[in-house]
Amino acid sequence: MEGWDPNTKSALTKIPLLTTKAGPRDGAAWTARLKEEYKSLIAYTGMNKSNDNDWFRISAANPEGTRWVGKCWYVHNLLKYEFDLQFDIPVTYPSTAPELELPQLDGKTHKMYRGGKICLTVHFKPLWAKNCPRFGIAHALCLGLAPWLAAEIPILVDSGMIKHKDDASSSGES
Amino acid sequence: MEVELKELLNDVEQLKNSSSDPNHLPLILKLEERIENLTNLAKSANSRRNKVKDMSAEVVDSNPYSRLMALQRMGIVENYERIRGFSVAIVGIGGVGSVAAEMLTRCGIGRLLLYDYDTVELANMNRLFFRPEQCGMTKTDAAVQTLSDINPDVILESYTLNITTMQGFETFVESLNNQKYRQTKNGTGVDLVLSCVDNYEARMVVNQACNELNQTWMESGVSEDAVSGHIQMLIPGETACFACAPPLVVASGVDERTLKREGVCAASLPTTMGVIAGLLVQNTLKYLLNFGQVSPYLGYNSLKDFFPTMAMKPNPQCSNSPCLERQKEYMLTKPERDAAAKAKMEAEALLVVESPVHAENEWNISVVDDDDEMEKKDPAHINSDALPAGLVRELPSADDFQTLPVPAEETSSPIDDLEELRRQLDALNA
Repeated sequence: MEGWDPNTKSALTKIPLLTTKAGPRDGAAWTARLKEEYKSLIAYTGMNKSNDNDWFRISAANPEGTRWVGKCWYVHNLLKYEFDLQFDIPVTYPSTAPELELPQLDGKTHKMYRGGKICLTVHFKPLWAKNCPRFGIAHALCLGLAPWLAAEIPILVDSGMIKHKDDASSSGES
Repeated sequence: MEVELKELLNDVEQLKNSSSDPNHLPLILKLEERIENLTNLAKSANSRRNKVKDMSAEVVDSNPYSRLMALQRMGIVENYERIRGFSVAIVGIGGVGSVAAEMLTRCGIGRLLLYDYDTVELANMNRLFFRPEQCGMTKTDAAVQTLSDINPDVILESYTLNITTMQGFETFVESLNNQKYRQTKNGTGVDLVLSCVDNYEARMVVNQACNELNQTWMESGVSEDAVSGHIQMLIPGETACFACAPPLVVASGVDERTLKREGVCAASLPTTMGVIAGLLVQNTLKYLLNFGQVSPYLGYNSLKDFFPTMAMKPNPQCSNSPCLERQKEYMLTKPERDAAAKAKMEAEALLVVESPVHAENEWNISVVDDDDEMEKKDPAHINSDALPAGLVRELPSADDFQTLPVPAEETSSPIDDLEELRRQLDALNA
């Protein structure tokens, strides 16, 4: 964990760890796992709100809890950039991490795989594998997506690849 | 197109007959010649060969299988035509998978199942197989287009799906299990699965499916720097599965940044991919047609032209539960395997007629018995793997099935309701 900023570290220690090693094909065990996922997501979201660091919304898109959709945002130069966030729980979960997708950014950066899957290979996958099955969705957002946004969004904005929504509409009117 | 050209030829003919100006005649004749050439070209472009009922060994230019059937005459393969009865599934139709599919198609494999969710892009053109005009097509459809032209005898099934999603996985397993074409001895509908994917997640999914189905498969991979690769044969329960050994970064704790440069997209070479596809299909043919030695693992380091081979036993503490089940089944059949191996040895021993190698012994050379050596060679002791005094094994021997200590059940059952939790998160999201 060296190299991580103190804020991420302290947030991470407060997200409840999970115990059930079960994937979406494991029936009742998956339900138990899903409950743990919810608990850690609730704790993490609540913690972000109380620290005035709210930065995502995520909820299950199907009753089985295998597909998740929501939003995430990042503030750069006092402007808020918001993106759709989606991912599937892979059949081999939790041995393999969910592949977080930002479909609106597909093709705009090379630190991304097909379909807007953000590149987690270097900074997150080894951590996930070492902490299986204790890490869940909340950890993937905290250690996978948050650092990716912090590294990529400023570059994408400064290079003009993405525009703020007010900026885009005003330039459209003129 | 041929009809149009014929009409054109008629029109020119009429023009020739009606035209009175003799100056036009050479031009019209030239025109006719050009139309004839075009007609021939159009004919050859459309010539797709008909299906062949039986593979023939006849050596004529028009026989697509003469060179393959010659493998029998050369004493390499006993019955090459068996290949038409085999089904092979290829997961990932990229730089390795597409070339492997073409090789198997040209070899006259019975049936190919192709899985990929991606489309062909110009960025794929540094590899073999796909053509620029196929850009935008799904890889599976583009592959079927080319492969059915090359060899119409092969039954091709194309599955455009992502096997790591729940739905994709179900279709994947169902298609492997479909026994309409043929039933294999392990109860699935395919003889071999070839994994030609480019990421860890998809390999773990193929591993999961094959462990559950007790399906033998081969894994292949090319390194990110494009200069090395490997193939590996995985027989559930008998050899290590893909989850038996954790990835290097997890096992050793080394910083992955030392292995991989950040922010650089993966490199690829048509050469390395072609070599790996060739090794993979060669191993496949040896496995299916029963010739030579099937490699359990074969590496390829192109910088030093080094080809390491090794075999890996399954991990009795593997994290994949179907793998443990297969290991147990394999252990339980050990007596049968030993008996079969013994019977084979005896049958082979019978074939060797005992006779003195040298009739004369001019120098009176004789072999002296060595009791100690004899004991070591006793068949009962060969498999005992006894360690020298003072050494102990850290891990249990894989030759006997060990039941793992079951971790103590968590007594704190989740009391709260899933719906309640969902409502709580929604409230936070609002």
